[in-house]
Amino acid sequence: MLGNLAGVLFDGVAYGSLLFIISIGLSVTMGLMNFVNLAHGAFAMLGGYACVLLMSRAGVPFLATLPAAFVVAAAAGIILERTLYQRLYKATHLDQVMFSIGLVFMAVAATTYFFGPSQQPVRLPDFLRGQVRVLGLDVGAYRLFLIGVVIVATIVLHLMLVRTRFGAQVRASVDNSVASAGLGINVNRVFGVTFALGSGLAGLGGGLGIDVLGLDPTFPLKYMVYFLLVVAIGGAGTIKGGLVAALILGICDVAGKYYVPQIGSFIIYFLMVALMMLFPAGLYGRRT
Amino acid sequence: MNPSGNSATPAPVAAIVPRLPNDRWRAIEFAFWLLPVAAFFLFPSYRVLGSQILITGLFAVTLDLILGYAGIVSLGHAAFFGVGAYVAGLLAAHGWGEPFSGLAVAGAAGALVGFATSVLVVRGSDLARLMVTMGVGLMLFEVANQIPSVTGGADGLSGVTMDKVFGIFPFDLTGSTAYVYSLGVLFVLFVIARRIVNSPFGLSLRAVRENVRRMPAIGAPVTRRLTAIYTISAAMAGVAGGLLAQTTQFVGLDVFGFPRSADLMIMLVLGGTGRLYGGLVGATVFMIAHSYLSDLNPVYWQFWLGLLLVVVVMSARGGILGALEVLAHRFRSKRR
Repeated sequence: MLGNLAGVLFDGVAYGSLLFIISIGLSVTMGLMNFVNLAHGAFAMLGGYACVLLMSRAGVPFLATLPAAFVVAAAAGIILERTLYQRLYKATHLDQVMFSIGLVFMAVAATTYFFGPSQQPVRLPDFLRGQVRVLGLDVGAYRLFLIGVVIVATIVLHLMLVRTRFGAQVRASVDNSVASAGLGINVNRVFGVTFALGSGLAGLGGGLGIDVLGLDPTFPLKYMVYFLLVVAIGGAGTIKGGLVAALILGICDVAGKYYVPQIGSFIIYFLMVALMMLFPAGLYGRRT
Repeated sequence: MNPSGNSATPAPVAAIVPRLPNDRWRAIEFAFWLLPVAAFFLFPSYRVLGSQILITGLFAVTLDLILGYAGIVSLGHAAFFGVGAYVAGLLAAHGWGEPFSGLAVAGAAGALVGFATSVLVVRGSDLARLMVTMGVGLMLFEVANQIPSVTGGADGLSGVTMDKVFGIFPFDLTGSTAYVYSLGVLFVLFVIARRIVNSPFGLSLRAVRENVRRMPAIGAPVTRRLTAIYTISAAMAGVAGGLLAQTTQFVGLDVFGFPRSADLMIMLVLGGTGRLYGGLVGATVFMIAHSYLSDLNPVYWQFWLGLLLVVVVMSARGGILGALEVLAHRFRSKRR
């Protein structure tokens, strides 16, 4: 399947867009609140499990479970934001790291307790299986679908941020939350809604990603580095940066594992350190 | 015992007098160091666990140097621990079994790697530091994993044979030698660390932590200070890793693992940062709780650990020692 460069590139792009949809919420909330949240992957896992359970226990078709994944993760996000996260916006980064690691541990243990430690299966609908021929290249139908969903989501997100009143409030709060509050924007509410939205997108990504990333209780730990990387390389608070970073990461990871499998994940870690050296504030970061 | 002038001080909040921290050893510190000695005689069957606690405690103290004093948030401190462990292990496996010189080489290797990577760490935001430290740790993990001919790969490095300490005491299965050896090394390095943080240099580190912008303005070279403490901390972490390799006579890939770095941070925060003793207390509580609870069920352990972290962050700032200080303060002000 990965017989050539184009195939590797395509898979990399699919992988990258998945990383993007999961991480974009983290990027925006980090830019907005300067909160180092290592538990973002837990929301993606929640979305993934929502999908799997709805499919296996309630017999809901795959595509219909995706909105549910969004809603469940967003609801969990807003509950945690109002009860816990909110209190730590002014705390030190160390406290935030410890708090979110604690959340990850609890999520991993609770998921293992309820659903067991094994990989969760996903049954894709028939039309998303197998190969499709596009421009003379055989590509996985599901990966094509994945890229399509992410393109649509990105356009919606972009329009929302650029064209709507709420989007303007978010951008203003990212730029300067104190001045925004002074202008009458309810920054607190903007924080809450944005956090819920970001968690929801992570949940959607978690559901979409079961077939590509797999789904088991260690999911938030396993992919934590990747989600953080998208934010750190892209620069917190920008959609464009996150997209570019996610695509770079996705392509490099897939290409590295395909062409030089013997050095494993080394490439991605090396890339991470090198990029952080060159761009300490991220590719599109505005603040240092 | 207590310096009599202390209790007679009229107001606890006095005018800030610029002076160095008091470096004199307090009675409670002497009492604290008697505890591991007492434990050696009271719990002879737990000496193996005891030496592990001492080593982990030392490791936590090294993290406190950069985290609690200089304010560098690191999720990859295991990198230096692992380098020290593999260096000491490889030395011993290839015929150099003398323990103290092995530790010195392990410390030097840790310092070397620490100095080389400090360039990446001392600049940049907390997020960038977090990523870079984690990245360095994961990279070294991959390296050790990929060269099994040297490191033994996933099977670990075995065949580590140690000479007798001072040519007299062999490392035995009861862990007696390991315990005393670890305690001695821990104490010496702790005294050094304590001296460092109470020096003008240590004070300047705290100033960097409190206000990194103002330090250059008063003429302090922030980058050089951070590089220095990062290297020192890495060297000590290397020694801690070497200790583990020598006392267990085995090195596994997990010395580089992310869980080791994360657990370390948890111990330190649990005990209380910026106190040196916090690392020792945190490591002791953590290791004992871990050895009891994870025997029951590893998954439960992780859940309660997570909950504990959330609660500690939400309520008890400063960890166990911070909470004790608050209690002691209340007690004292009530008596007055």
